[in-house]
Amino acid sequence: MIEVKGLVKSFDGNMILNNISTEFVQGKTNLIIGQSGSGKTVLIKCLLGLHSPDDGEIVYDGVSNRNMTQAEKTLLRREMGMVFQGSALFDSMSVLENVMFPLKMLTKKHNDEIVQRAVDAIKRVELKKAKEKLPSELSGGMQKRVAIARAIVMNPKYLFCDEPNSGLDPKTAIVIDNLIQEITKEYNITTVINSHDMNSVMEIGEKIVFLENGIKNWEGTNKEIFSTKNKSITDFVYSSELLKKVKKFL
Amino acid sequence: MFYLNDIGRYFIMIRMSFFKPCKWKVLKKLIFKEINDLIIESIPIVSILSFFIGAVISIQTALNLSNPFLSKSLIGFATRQSVILEFAPTFMSIIMAGKVGSYITSSIGTMRVTEQIDALEVMGINPLNYLVFPKIIALLFYPFVITIAMFTAIFGGFLAMTFAGVPSEAFITGIQMDFEPYHVFYSYIKTILFAIILATVPAYHGYYMKGGALEVGKASTSSFVWTSIIIIVVNFIITQLLLS
Repeated sequence: MIEVKGLVKSFDGNMILNNISTEFVQGKTNLIIGQSGSGKTVLIKCLLGLHSPDDGEIVYDGVSNRNMTQAEKTLLRREMGMVFQGSALFDSMSVLENVMFPLKMLTKKHNDEIVQRAVDAIKRVELKKAKEKLPSELSGGMQKRVAIARAIVMNPKYLFCDEPNSGLDPKTAIVIDNLIQEITKEYNITTVINSHDMNSVMEIGEKIVFLENGIKNWEGTNKEIFSTKNKSITDFVYSSELLKKVKKFL
Repeated sequence: MFYLNDIGRYFIMIRMSFFKPCKWKVLKKLIFKEINDLIIESIPIVSILSFFIGAVISIQTALNLSNPFLSKSLIGFATRQSVILEFAPTFMSIIMAGKVGSYITSSIGTMRVTEQIDALEVMGINPLNYLVFPKIIALLFYPFVITIAMFTAIFGGFLAMTFAGVPSEAFITGIQMDFEPYHVFYSYIKTILFAIILATVPAYHGYYMKGGALEVGKASTSSFVWTSIIIIVVNFIITQLLLS
């Protein structure tokens, strides 16, 4: 579980995150939603330790980031997996090499074991046939699967996904969402997904945090989101014509 | 203030590239790859350019030595001195700032744009050690490229003079005349400094770039401009210190 307490972050005097407090629950898919520029990516980068908060603290399973030494921070990073918006696969490496990369760099395992674990992760995301291909030879959905395989190969405690289904067709997006949810349950990890896709909210949003202009405006589940009276969240949820029509039938 | 910030960040980048090293096995592989990409693959272009520039230097020297009282061996002497003191280390390094420098900036810059550097950081890997350190080590082999440039340029000059009818003995006598080993030492000192500049200045421009694909191109251009300027300024300082 990750607890965020009074998190504040600003860049060049612009307040990006203003006193954010919430919890991301273990074994559940936690979604951070909000409009572009609402601070979702900055929040996820703070959770990852890529940005240092100006104020507040982040507690990872009882351990606060405030008391951590540099070595502890490095060890914590090894317990994190990240799926980037653009997949962030290494262009010059094949699928298998990409997935093997964290194991090769960070563990002292024998090469055979590394290959076996990487192949298992690739199998888990159903990409076994593509393991020798380069990222440029894969579709967007396949690249996301490789990114997921690379993120889970180290058996992380925390999985972070930055808009994992952006640029994907709705059908593939749902496949990716479901894959992330299945992995979350299977490995019992704390998954935090940054999204503004309403399909993801409905499909896998077990815990949702809604950000607006750097402030936490609402939190709840995908069931509660449709019955809330909070105007900001309802405006966000029913922003498309399709969903407005759906709302009339509800 | 803006440039001071950049200078400070540049030196911190160099320092950080030696910290938190990756596994030696991985680094070794990366260093060999960089030696191939930055050194071995530069040899053909360096050889071709050196050969023709050496030929041009000797032709132009010959043109200016029309006085019959001046020995033809002076052509070889002037060619050797121009090549060793200036052409091979400095001129070639500026050409390499275009070839090697833009390769380094664009490859690191593309990794920045596509979040691959963020991915390394998230994994707990020091991106500077992974990306910049192997390039610095690989470019320590740069004097080897400059040695090839020196030999090819003098050979180019020799062939040009042979075809122009200058006795080859005179040219060979010229290139042996008043040989100062200290000049070669000075040349290699410059080369090593230029090698470090060639590895780190473009890496700095790529690593700290912001924006998208368009900015990668802009970063490559500014990397070439700054690497050339720094090479020229360092060349002046080193020449003042070692030769004046």
